[in-house]
Amino acid sequence: MAILIDASKRVLIQGITGREGSARAKLMKDYGTNVVAGVTPGRRGDEVHGIPVYDSVVQAREDRGHIDVSVIFVPAPLVKNAALEAFDAGVKLAVLVPDRVPIYDVMEIAAFAREKKARFIGPNTLGLISPGQAVLGMIGGRAQAAREWFRPGNVGVISRSGGMTSAISYYLCKAGLGLSTIVHVGGDAIIGMREADVLREFEADKETAMVVLFGEIGTNQEEEVAGLIRNGGFTKPLVAYIGGRAARSGTRFSHAGAIIEGGFGTYEGKVRALRDAGALVVEAFSDIPAAAGAVMEDLEAGKAG
Amino acid sequence: MTKLFEHQSKELFRAEGIPVCLGEVVVNACQARQAAERLGCPVVVKAQALVTGRADKGAIKFADTPAEAELAAETMFGLTFNGVRVEKVLVEERKEVVKEYFASIIVNDASRAPMLVFSSMGGSGIEELAKGHPGKMISYPIDVRVGLQEFTARNLLIRLGVPSRELPGLADLLVRLYRTARKYEARSAEINPVALSRDGRFYALDGRITVDDNAVFRHPEIGIEVAREFDHPPTKLERIAYLVEAGDYRGTFYFMQLEMDTSGGGYIGFHGAGGGGSMMAMDALQRGGFKIPNFVDTSGNPPASKIYRAAKIILSQANLEGYFYSGSGVASQEQYHTARGLVKAFREVNLSIPAVIRVGGNGEELAIDILTRYTRDLPAPVEAYGRDTSVDYCVERLRTLVEEQKKKAGRAGEIRVV
Repeated sequence: MAILIDASKRVLIQGITGREGSARAKLMKDYGTNVVAGVTPGRRGDEVHGIPVYDSVVQAREDRGHIDVSVIFVPAPLVKNAALEAFDAGVKLAVLVPDRVPIYDVMEIAAFAREKKARFIGPNTLGLISPGQAVLGMIGGRAQAAREWFRPGNVGVISRSGGMTSAISYYLCKAGLGLSTIVHVGGDAIIGMREADVLREFEADKETAMVVLFGEIGTNQEEEVAGLIRNGGFTKPLVAYIGGRAARSGTRFSHAGAIIEGGFGTYEGKVRALRDAGALVVEAFSDIPAAAGAVMEDLEAGKAG
Repeated sequence: MTKLFEHQSKELFRAEGIPVCLGEVVVNACQARQAAERLGCPVVVKAQALVTGRADKGAIKFADTPAEAELAAETMFGLTFNGVRVEKVLVEERKEVVKEYFASIIVNDASRAPMLVFSSMGGSGIEELAKGHPGKMISYPIDVRVGLQEFTARNLLIRLGVPSRELPGLADLLVRLYRTARKYEARSAEINPVALSRDGRFYALDGRITVDDNAVFRHPEIGIEVAREFDHPPTKLERIAYLVEAGDYRGTFYFMQLEMDTSGGGYIGFHGAGGGGSMMAMDALQRGGFKIPNFVDTSGNPPASKIYRAAKIILSQANLEGYFYSGSGVASQEQYHTARGLVKAFREVNLSIPAVIRVGGNGEELAIDILTRYTRDLPAPVEAYGRDTSVDYCVERLRTLVEEQKKKAGRAGEIRVV
């Protein structure tokens, strides 16, 4: 088991003939993702790494059958159109990989998704991977690297930083733990599935015993997570680290989401909220694997006892 | 999140039909006097600076005569905020204010929507107010596909207890405020205060708009040169860095100066990769007692040429004692591009400060080999590490190398003296 993506899910790639789209199509397929079709308007009949290309999402669905997920690799100004097209065609989950998508476009995507009861990850996301099963987006780089770095198991990972998603996951596996699903929610301020939304999925997943979270300054996401735990919406152990302690208020450090505005979203506020809710917050990034390992040992001892 | 000055924001408000005071932007004190003469006194003289609480900082002054306006402007052109000199001053007609409100549209992450925030208690400290007086304030998420309708605004104002006679003017102003925010894709558009004047109209007495950097390409009419979220106008190095990025869409390069004056010592040229990895590395440097004059992120698989330009810009800052590169440690991008770009820059400047490069990720073995092999003949040491070395260990190595380098320099000095 895993959340959101597994080997059975039928995947579409929008923008499959582009430089990034075609490169990632190959890596996803190499890793085992069930990529059934691609879309690039005007390129019907082409093939990319053996994957058939269609003019529209509806056309792909009519010819290839049901589509569970669409991964979007079109240039940032075109992402809104692509996401709305996917939801309009009945796709219930989209992964918006591109960086620099305008914020009002994302809010329109969110409003339309709500109406269609669809969800999305990103934008500005490296994607997600269920080790040993399937990957969406570009997590892990080459398929061989992804296989070496991430092993299957029962720790869920959520991160607001792409690079840190791979780093945490690699160090956890090196410490002997295995992973159910790794999700990079995206670095922007306005995103589809937030940390708390992904935690609800992990709560429902029987194979996930605990979750490791890489949070960041800015936005209300970690405070929302604390609220979810307090309200009993997430009951499994949570180990968290918050990045951006050194940042000043009002300045942006690369991730558009990592900005402190009007005194909200500070490092201290997030750490306090999470600790008060009962999460284990570590001070140094390098403490994560040992802390997670200890929690897992306790869980196993509890089960054995 | 590029911030617009008050006079720029007011131009956009005016274009959407929001009443603003008559005013002129001037660049010297003499012009301020002339503007005051044309506008008719009394006037308000306002330094254009991206800071809050200007009145308390001598950046807003009232003037009853053109001579007073000149004098007020004179002092303002000498002011500096966050290291930035005041270059423009706004001279405005002075309104007689009967009452003040606060109004803003701010993009809210939790509701994934633009939020209308309105308070019957105008003025400063709106965050504190939100906690203390929830009944005196409106927070309403707007459906981006419908926009803010007049009746919605009116009903919200009625619920807040706004007097009947004020409803038409205020509701109309809120609708136009949202239209401005939507049109220019603002992350926030604030009018504080909204002032009810003796003439019965509501004016945007002060205002600030912050635009979404990702949407600046759709609004050339605003004339933003460098679309970056700085708390200061772009520096020379930041302008150069922005041009590097604007001309090359492969990968991401973000550069920001945190300290312009590095004469205090202890500064390390910082080069991060990926937002989260960069912040973690900065935290580690700070824990290690180092100071960081700049923020840099090169990520998303940039070519060596972009890494090289980033390194050259970092190294052109004064008084650096070391160079530190670290990403997440397990990069999905190909790291030999990084190694090639760094080596080219280091060789060009004949690197005289120690560098520690944490280059873990795809292709790290080759990257470490390039960084080690081709820097041996440089005056200062370069050490490279892969994904199994922690960022804290790398900071520790940098400290040792910096100290050794200082001792070496000290000894060299003594020998010269002798």
